[in-house]
Amino acid sequence: MAIFLTAQSKVIVQGMTGSEGMKHTTRMLASGTQIVGGVNPRKAGTEVAFDVDGAERIVPVYGTVAEAIEATGADVSVVFVPPAFTKDAVIEAVDAGMPLVVIITEGVPVDDTAQFFTYAQSKGTRLIGPNCPGLITPGQSNVGITPASITGPGRIGLVSKSGTLTYQMLFELRDLGFTTAVGIGGDPIVGTTHIDCLEAFENDPDTEAIVMIGEIGGDAEERAAAYIKEHVTKPVVGYVAGFEAPEGKTMGHAGAIVSGSAGTAQAKKEALEAAGVRVGKTPSETARLMREILTGA
Amino acid sequence: MDLYEYQARDMFEKHGVPVLPGIVAETPAEARAAAEQLGGVVVVKAQVKVGGRGKAGGVKVAKTPDEAEAHAAAILGMDIKGHTVHRVMIAAGASIAEEFYFSVLLDRAERRYLAMCSVEGGMEIEQLAVERPDALARVAVDPIVGIDEAKAYEIVDAARFPAQLRDQVAGVIQKLWTVYAEEDATLVEVNPLVRTEDGSIVALDGKVTLDANADFRHPDHEALEDKAAADPLEAKAKGLGLNYVKLDGSVGIIGNGAGLVMSTLDVVAYAGESFGGQKPANFLDIGGGASAAVMANGLDVILNDPQVKSVFVNVFGGITSCIEVANGIVGALATLGDEASKPLVVRLDGNAVEEGRAILAAADHPLVTIVETMDGAAAKAAELAAAAA
Repeated sequence: MAIFLTAQSKVIVQGMTGSEGMKHTTRMLASGTQIVGGVNPRKAGTEVAFDVDGAERIVPVYGTVAEAIEATGADVSVVFVPPAFTKDAVIEAVDAGMPLVVIITEGVPVDDTAQFFTYAQSKGTRLIGPNCPGLITPGQSNVGITPASITGPGRIGLVSKSGTLTYQMLFELRDLGFTTAVGIGGDPIVGTTHIDCLEAFENDPDTEAIVMIGEIGGDAEERAAAYIKEHVTKPVVGYVAGFEAPEGKTMGHAGAIVSGSAGTAQAKKEALEAAGVRVGKTPSETARLMREILTGA
Repeated sequence: MDLYEYQARDMFEKHGVPVLPGIVAETPAEARAAAEQLGGVVVVKAQVKVGGRGKAGGVKVAKTPDEAEAHAAAILGMDIKGHTVHRVMIAAGASIAEEFYFSVLLDRAERRYLAMCSVEGGMEIEQLAVERPDALARVAVDPIVGIDEAKAYEIVDAARFPAQLRDQVAGVIQKLWTVYAEEDATLVEVNPLVRTEDGSIVALDGKVTLDANADFRHPDHEALEDKAAADPLEAKAKGLGLNYVKLDGSVGIIGNGAGLVMSTLDVVAYAGESFGGQKPANFLDIGGGASAAVMANGLDVILNDPQVKSVFVNVFGGITSCIEVANGIVGALATLGDEASKPLVVRLDGNAVEEGRAILAAADHPLVTIVETMDGAAAKAAELAAAAA
């Protein structure tokens, strides 16, 4: 089992024929993802050949998301289009009835995200991202830009605002392995929250423990802590980045900003600890805490 | 990006929000000229991007141009909570009958917008929210619908404005929404929104935060940036397309990915506790898929910071290849030659890590130390910074 993404997931790529889309489609194919199509109205009816570890893989291009769904039964779309076109791409996917849309694009105006999130919610489409690495169910499917080779399948569920900290954790705990790792993204508004993932991991029989990675800005971690206290029975280990971040400065991610006394790493850590979550001081210590829980070592 | 009050005032005026005349001045002589132009009583207001300027003495009423000049002389150059005053706004005086509050902002948790409004304006809104929560109306705003006429009246009524002011205030709120929506703001705040003795509703002070991600559709926003106030290293890094924030410590940091770099700062500060309190000197994210040239640019910015005593390069190669990182380090050091004098601690993991480490080992540069773990590398970098201090 896994959350949101399995070996059966049929994935289309919006923006596949752009340079980022081409590069990452190749990588997704190499990690076993069922990529069933790309979308580009100007190249509808054509095919793209990908060189996947020496073998040629042909992926058809459709004019619209709706056509791609009709032809392939796709149930996941991953979006690589530039920020100025992301809103239209997401709304097209929502209108076509896509159940899950994963938005990798960084730099989407927050008003666009607020609007397409509201729209997706009204139509029942789950969004992940924007500004995220996507999600991976190791050994089954990988949607986004996570390097699949650094980890393996196993018993841990991971949810994180940060891409590279996700990779770090996937790598440190690669021997124990993961059910699914979800990079929810570092923007002020994201389609899927820590809480959504915690709920899904709690309900996933194969996930035995959860790593939750947060960072400064907003109060998503505090809300997640309250949720854990009420609803999560599985052990949760946490990590929060940004203790050294100065007030009022955006730290790389558009959403990573301490405003006055709100959104500090200290407040998030304290909220998580008050909910019984063990919080590591460094990513490696966080990995050690998880190892202790699962192996007693 | 946060705007100065005078920039917010101009933006309000552009979208039809009622404001008072205001002229920005950078010298006492300009302040006098502005006061003469406006005539009558004026207010000299320090332009700083921080609250509490009134209490700090940054807002003064002037009855004559002489007084305006004298107040400007006192306020210009003043330090308000670490912000130096480089400009004042000379604003026309108003006879205030009542003060109100209005803001619209991003509600991250609910993933929509939130309008806040009160008939008790003037004081800090955080204070009002704590002391008189019932007096602060909070109304959810659908991002697709925005603040239309119906929503504006909902806000006005939730804040319990008297009947005779409803229409006027609702009209101003719709105009303020236009500012928020059309300028891609994440915050528009008016405190105070006032009713003057002659019955006008006027935005007396404004705070606007703009979404940098939307800059591509607002070419005019670039002119609002205060380039002179930016840290010179931050300006240089921005020119090179690097994501850099200057801090006060001694260990220069370069990494890939915002989360990992933030984490690196914390891990260095944590390790630094054992070495006389060494702290990170900066945040620098070279981003995903960085080339050797980007890595070299990053090193160039950091090595030019005189506060930096050692450098910690922390890369987990996801998309970024450790080969590019290693080549960037070797190339930058070769370019710098004898000018390079600060020790570098490098920790690489992930994509092409063996090849990357091999490149560094082959170059065998005397300033470079390779450490395999992030925690160990942080300790080494802190130790080297302490030794050089």
